[in-house]
Amino acid sequence: MNLNDMILKSITDSTLQVFSTMLGVDIACGEALVKAGLPEANEGVVSFIGLAGTWAGTGSVSCSPALACRICAEMLMCEAPAVNEEVLDTVAELTNMIIGSVKTELEKHLGPLGLSIPTVVYGRNFKTKSAGNAEWRVVRFCWDEEALVVKLCLEPKEQAAHVMFHTSSSDSCALEV
Amino acid sequence: MESNVLVVDDSAAIRKILQRVLRQTGMAIHTIHEAGDGQEALGVLTAHRIDLVLSDINMPKMDGLQLLASIKGAAQWRQIPVVMITTEGGETKVSEAVKLGAAGYVRKPFTADQIKEKLAGILEPALPL
Repeated sequence: MNLNDMILKSITDSTLQVFSTMLGVDIACGEALVKAGLPEANEGVVSFIGLAGTWAGTGSVSCSPALACRICAEMLMCEAPAVNEEVLDTVAELTNMIIGSVKTELEKHLGPLGLSIPTVVYGRNFKTKSAGNAEWRVVRFCWDEEALVVKLCLEPKEQAAHVMFHTSSSDSCALEV
Repeated sequence: MESNVLVVDDSAAIRKILQRVLRQTGMAIHTIHEAGDGQEALGVLTAHRIDLVLSDINMPKMDGLQLLASIKGAAQWRQIPVVMITTEGGETKVSEAVKLGAAGYVRKPFTADQIKEKLAGILEPALPL
Protein backbone atom coordinates (compact mmCIF):
# COMPACT_ATOMS: atom_id res chain seq x y z
CA MET A 1 0.00 0.00 0.00
CA ASN A 2 1.47 3.42 -0.95
CA LEU A 3 1.43 6.47 1.36
CA ASN A 4 -1.63 8.07 -0.27
CA ASP A 5 -3.69 4.88 0.05
CA MET A 6 -2.49 4.43 3.64
CA ILE A 7 -3.50 7.99 4.58
CA LEU A 8 -6.89 7.73 2.84
CA LYS A 9 -7.61 4.42 4.60
CA SER A 10 -6.48 5.81 7.95
CA ILE A 11 -8.69 8.93 7.56
CA THR A 12 -11.66 6.72 6.67
CA ASP A 13 -11.17 4.26 9.54
CA SER A 14 -10.50 7.00 12.12
CA THR A 15 -13.49 9.14 11.12
CA LEU A 16 -15.91 6.21 11.12
CA GLN A 17 -14.58 5.08 14.51
CA VAL A 18 -14.83 8.53 16.11
CA PHE A 19 -18.42 8.99 14.92
CA SER A 20 -19.39 5.50 15.99
CA THR A 21 -17.73 5.72 19.44
CA MET A 22 -18.37 9.33 20.45
CA LEU A 23 -21.70 9.99 18.72
CA GLY A 24 -23.13 6.48 18.32
CA VAL A 25 -23.68 7.21 14.63
CA ASP A 26 -22.66 5.31 11.51
CA ILE A 27 -21.94 7.87 8.79
CA ALA A 28 -21.54 7.00 5.11
CA CYS A 29 -18.16 7.17 3.44
CA GLY A 30 -18.03 8.83 0.01
CA GLU A 31 -15.21 9.51 -2.44
CA ALA A 32 -11.56 9.42 -1.41
CA LEU A 33 -9.08 11.29 -3.60
CA VAL A 34 -5.73 13.05 -3.80
CA LYS A 35 -5.94 16.70 -4.76
CA ALA A 36 -3.37 19.44 -5.49
CA GLY A 37 -3.17 22.23 -2.90
CA LEU A 38 -5.03 24.82 -4.92
CA PRO A 39 -6.98 27.64 -3.24
CA GLU A 40 -10.40 26.39 -2.23
CA ALA A 41 -13.48 28.41 -1.43
CA ASN A 42 -15.03 27.61 1.94
CA GLU A 43 -18.21 28.30 3.77
CA GLY A 44 -19.18 26.98 7.16
CA VAL A 45 -16.97 25.50 9.87
CA VAL A 46 -13.38 24.49 9.09
CA SER A 47 -10.99 23.12 11.68
CA PHE A 48 -7.21 22.77 11.26
CA ILE A 49 -4.60 20.91 13.26
CA GLY A 50 -0.85 20.82 12.63
CA LEU A 51 1.41 17.76 12.48
CA ALA A 52 5.16 18.04 12.99
CA GLY A 53 8.13 15.69 13.06
CA THR A 54 10.33 14.22 10.34
CA TRP A 55 7.15 14.62 8.31
CA ALA A 56 4.94 17.69 8.72
CA GLY A 57 1.61 18.98 7.50
CA THR A 58 -1.96 19.83 8.39
CA GLY A 59 -5.19 17.97 8.99
CA SER A 60 -8.57 19.54 8.39
CA VAL A 61 -12.25 18.80 9.04
CA SER A 62 -14.96 20.92 7.41
CA CYS A 63 -18.75 20.89 7.40
CA SER A 64 -21.79 23.12 7.20
CA PRO A 65 -22.95 25.13 10.25
CA ALA A 66 -26.02 22.86 10.47
CA LEU A 67 -23.91 19.71 10.60
CA ALA A 68 -21.54 21.27 13.16
CA CYS A 69 -24.56 21.97 15.39
CA ARG A 70 -25.86 18.43 14.92
CA ILE A 71 -22.47 16.92 15.79
CA CYS A 72 -22.34 19.06 18.95
CA ALA A 73 -25.89 18.13 19.95
CA GLU A 74 -25.22 14.40 19.54
CA MET A 75 -21.79 14.37 21.14
CA LEU A 76 -22.66 16.49 24.17
CA MET A 77 -26.32 15.43 24.36
CA CYS A 78 -27.46 19.06 24.46
CA GLU A 79 -29.35 21.61 22.39
CA ALA A 80 -27.22 23.35 19.75
CA PRO A 81 -29.51 25.59 17.68
CA ALA A 82 -26.73 27.83 16.30
CA VAL A 83 -22.95 27.88 15.96
CA ASN A 84 -21.54 29.04 19.28
CA GLU A 85 -18.36 28.48 21.29
CA GLU A 86 -19.52 25.01 22.38
CA VAL A 87 -20.16 23.95 18.76
CA LEU A 88 -16.75 25.23 17.62
CA ASP A 89 -15.06 23.51 20.58
CA THR A 90 -16.79 20.22 19.66
CA VAL A 91 -15.63 20.44 16.03
CA ALA A 92 -12.09 21.20 17.26
CA GLU A 93 -12.16 18.14 19.52
CA LEU A 94 -13.58 16.00 16.73
CA THR A 95 -10.64 17.11 14.54
CA ASN A 96 -8.22 16.36 17.37
CA MET A 97 -9.58 12.83 17.72
CA ILE A 98 -9.77 12.03 13.99
CA ILE A 99 -6.37 13.44 13.00
CA GLY A 100 -4.88 12.19 16.30
CA SER A 101 -5.91 8.63 15.39
CA VAL A 102 -4.50 9.08 11.86
CA LYS A 103 -1.27 10.37 13.40
CA THR A 104 -0.98 7.33 15.68
CA GLU A 105 -1.43 5.00 12.69
CA LEU A 106 1.07 6.91 10.51
CA GLU A 107 3.68 7.02 13.30
CA LYS A 108 4.15 3.26 12.83
CA HIS A 109 5.56 4.00 9.37
CA LEU A 110 6.85 7.60 9.51
CA GLY A 111 8.24 7.90 13.06
CA PRO A 112 7.10 10.17 15.91
CA LEU A 113 4.81 13.09 14.99
CA GLY A 114 3.64 15.95 17.20
CA LEU A 115 0.08 17.27 17.16
CA SER A 116 -0.80 20.94 17.65
CA ILE A 117 -3.84 22.46 19.36
CA PRO A 118 -6.68 22.74 16.76
CA THR A 119 -7.87 26.06 15.28
CA VAL A 120 -11.46 26.48 14.08
CA VAL A 121 -12.66 29.02 11.51
CA TYR A 122 -16.35 29.81 11.02
CA GLY A 123 -17.61 32.12 8.31
CA ARG A 124 -18.50 32.62 4.70
CA ASN A 125 -16.54 33.42 1.56
CA PHE A 126 -13.06 32.55 2.79
CA LYS A 127 -10.32 30.65 0.99
CA THR A 128 -7.82 28.13 2.29
CA LYS A 129 -4.56 27.30 0.54
CA SER A 130 -1.42 25.32 1.21
CA ALA A 131 1.60 27.61 1.02
CA GLY A 132 3.65 24.77 -0.51
CA ASN A 133 2.70 22.42 -3.29
CA ALA A 134 1.42 19.79 -0.90
CA GLU A 135 -1.20 17.36 -2.09
CA TRP A 136 -4.28 16.90 0.07
CA ARG A 137 -5.67 13.44 0.72
CA VAL A 138 -9.40 14.09 0.88
CA VAL A 139 -12.21 11.83 2.11
CA ARG A 140 -15.85 12.90 1.95
CA PHE A 141 -18.42 11.53 4.37
CA CYS A 142 -22.14 11.98 4.51
CA TRP A 143 -24.48 12.09 7.51
CA ASP A 144 -27.94 11.96 5.96
CA GLU A 145 -27.81 14.79 3.41
CA GLU A 146 -24.97 16.76 5.04
CA ALA A 147 -21.33 16.44 3.93
CA LEU A 148 -18.26 16.28 6.15
CA VAL A 149 -14.83 16.53 4.54
CA VAL A 150 -11.64 15.30 6.21
CA LYS A 151 -8.31 16.26 4.59
CA LEU A 152 -4.65 15.78 5.32
CA CYS A 153 -1.51 17.09 3.67
CA LEU A 154 1.75 15.55 4.86
CA GLU A 155 5.22 15.58 3.38
CA PRO A 156 8.86 15.23 4.45
CA LYS A 157 9.82 18.13 6.71
CA GLU A 158 12.15 19.89 4.24
CA GLN A 159 9.25 20.30 1.83
CA ALA A 160 6.56 20.99 4.40
CA ALA A 161 4.38 24.04 4.07
CA HIS A 162 4.36 26.79 6.68
CA VAL A 163 1.24 28.29 8.13
CA MET A 164 0.07 31.77 7.20
CA PHE A 165 -3.14 33.56 8.01
CA HIS A 166 -4.30 36.43 5.84
CA THR A 167 -7.19 38.77 6.45
CA SER A 168 -8.26 41.80 4.50
CA SER A 169 -10.68 44.66 4.98
CA SER A 170 -12.91 43.25 2.24
CA ASP A 171 -15.61 40.63 2.80
CA SER A 172 -13.31 37.72 2.06
CA CYS A 173 -10.11 36.49 3.62
CA ALA A 174 -7.61 33.74 2.92
CA LEU A 175 -6.01 31.21 5.21
CA GLU A 176 -2.80 29.69 3.86
CA VAL A 177 -1.75 26.43 5.46
CA MET B 1 -16.28 7.19 50.96
CA GLU B 2 -17.26 9.43 48.06
CA SER B 3 -14.39 10.72 45.92
CA ASN B 4 -13.60 14.09 44.40
CA VAL B 5 -12.45 13.89 40.79
CA LEU B 6 -10.53 16.48 38.76
CA VAL B 7 -11.02 16.45 34.95
CA VAL B 8 -8.29 18.32 33.03
CA ASP B 9 -8.76 19.00 29.31
CA ASP B 10 -8.51 22.15 27.19
CA SER B 11 -11.69 21.07 25.39
CA ALA B 12 -14.87 22.06 27.23
CA ALA B 13 -16.67 19.46 25.11
CA ILE B 14 -14.52 16.62 26.47
CA ARG B 15 -14.87 17.93 30.05
CA LYS B 16 -18.65 17.88 29.62
CA ILE B 17 -18.63 14.34 28.17
CA LEU B 18 -16.39 13.07 30.98
CA GLN B 19 -18.66 14.69 33.60
CA ARG B 20 -21.59 12.75 32.13
CA VAL B 21 -19.65 9.49 31.79
CA LEU B 22 -18.29 9.72 35.35
CA ARG B 23 -21.82 10.21 36.72
CA GLN B 24 -22.93 7.11 34.77
CA THR B 25 -20.15 4.83 36.06
CA GLY B 26 -21.93 4.00 39.30
CA MET B 27 -18.82 5.02 41.26
CA ALA B 28 -19.09 6.91 44.55
CA ILE B 29 -18.30 10.42 43.30
CA HIS B 30 -19.00 13.54 45.37
CA THR B 31 -17.70 16.44 43.25
CA ILE B 32 -16.20 16.66 39.76
CA HIS B 33 -13.87 19.64 39.41
CA GLU B 34 -12.66 20.91 36.03
CA ALA B 35 -9.51 22.58 34.71
CA GLY B 36 -8.57 23.70 31.18
CA ASP B 37 -4.81 23.13 31.49
CA GLY B 38 -2.14 21.87 33.87
CA GLN B 39 -1.59 25.21 35.62
CA GLU B 40 -5.28 25.57 36.37
CA ALA B 41 -5.31 21.96 37.61
CA LEU B 42 -2.54 22.70 40.13
CA GLY B 43 -4.71 25.53 41.49
CA VAL B 44 -7.65 23.13 41.95
CA LEU B 45 -5.38 20.56 43.62
CA THR B 46 -4.16 23.22 46.05
CA ALA B 47 -7.69 24.37 46.92
CA HIS B 48 -9.53 21.03 47.16
CA ARG B 49 -9.06 17.43 48.30
CA ILE B 50 -8.80 15.44 45.05
CA ASP B 51 -8.88 11.63 44.94
CA LEU B 52 -8.47 11.07 41.19
CA VAL B 53 -7.20 13.12 38.23
CA LEU B 54 -8.26 12.42 34.62
CA SER B 55 -6.00 14.42 32.31
CA ASP B 56 -5.47 15.10 28.63
CA ILE B 57 -1.86 15.31 27.40
CA ASN B 58 -1.88 17.98 24.67
CA MET B 59 -2.87 21.22 26.39
CA PRO B 60 -1.65 24.83 26.28
CA LYS B 61 0.37 26.45 29.14
CA MET B 62 1.15 23.18 30.98
CA ASP B 63 0.55 19.83 29.28
CA GLY B 64 -0.65 16.61 30.89
CA LEU B 65 2.81 15.05 31.26
CA GLN B 66 4.12 18.17 33.03
CA LEU B 67 1.07 18.09 35.29
CA LEU B 68 1.64 14.40 36.00
CA ALA B 69 5.29 15.10 36.88
CA SER B 70 4.21 17.96 39.22
CA ILE B 71 1.68 15.74 40.99
CA LYS B 72 4.07 12.82 41.42
CA GLY B 73 6.83 15.19 42.54
CA ALA B 74 4.80 16.73 45.38
CA ALA B 75 4.65 14.82 48.67
CA GLN B 76 1.06 15.91 49.38
CA TRP B 77 -0.26 14.78 45.95
CA ARG B 78 1.90 11.86 44.85
CA GLN B 79 -0.58 9.22 46.10
CA ILE B 80 -3.37 10.65 43.86
CA PRO B 81 -3.98 8.31 40.88
CA VAL B 82 -3.71 10.07 37.52
CA VAL B 83 -5.34 8.53 34.44
CA MET B 84 -4.36 9.99 31.06
CA ILE B 85 -7.19 10.39 28.52
CA THR B 86 -5.78 11.53 25.20
CA THR B 87 -5.55 11.17 21.44
CA GLU B 88 -1.81 10.52 21.87
CA GLY B 89 -1.49 6.82 21.08
CA GLY B 90 2.23 6.79 20.31
CA GLU B 91 4.47 4.49 22.34
CA THR B 92 6.71 7.41 23.37
CA LYS B 93 3.96 9.32 25.16
CA VAL B 94 2.49 6.16 26.70
CA SER B 95 5.80 4.99 28.13
CA GLU B 96 6.62 8.53 29.32
CA ALA B 97 3.28 8.69 31.17
CA VAL B 98 3.83 5.24 32.69
CA LYS B 99 7.38 6.16 33.70
CA LEU B 100 6.08 9.31 35.41
CA GLY B 101 3.61 7.22 37.41
CA ALA B 102 0.29 7.35 35.52
CA ALA B 103 -2.25 4.90 36.93
CA GLY B 104 -3.75 4.22 33.52
CA TYR B 105 -4.24 5.37 29.98
CA VAL B 106 -7.41 5.71 27.84
CA ARG B 107 -7.26 6.67 24.17
CA LYS B 108 -9.76 9.07 22.60
CA PRO B 109 -12.25 8.25 21.16
CA PHE B 110 -13.45 6.39 24.24
CA THR B 111 -16.61 4.62 25.34
CA ALA B 112 -18.24 4.95 28.76
CA ASP B 113 -17.37 1.29 29.39
CA GLN B 114 -13.67 1.91 28.76
CA ILE B 115 -13.65 4.72 31.34
CA LYS B 116 -15.62 2.62 33.83
CA GLU B 117 -13.25 -0.33 33.37
CA LYS B 118 -10.19 1.86 33.90
CA LEU B 119 -11.61 3.40 37.08
CA ALA B 120 -12.89 0.12 38.54
CA GLY B 121 -9.86 -0.52 40.71
CA ILE B 122 -9.36 3.13 41.60
CA LEU B 123 -12.74 4.47 42.78
CA GLU B 124 -15.17 2.77 45.13
CA PRO B 125 -18.58 1.79 43.76
CA ALA B 126 -21.53 3.84 45.03
CA LEU B 127 -23.50 2.21 47.85
CA PRO B 128 -26.89 0.86 46.73
CA LEU B 129 -29.84 3.06 47.75
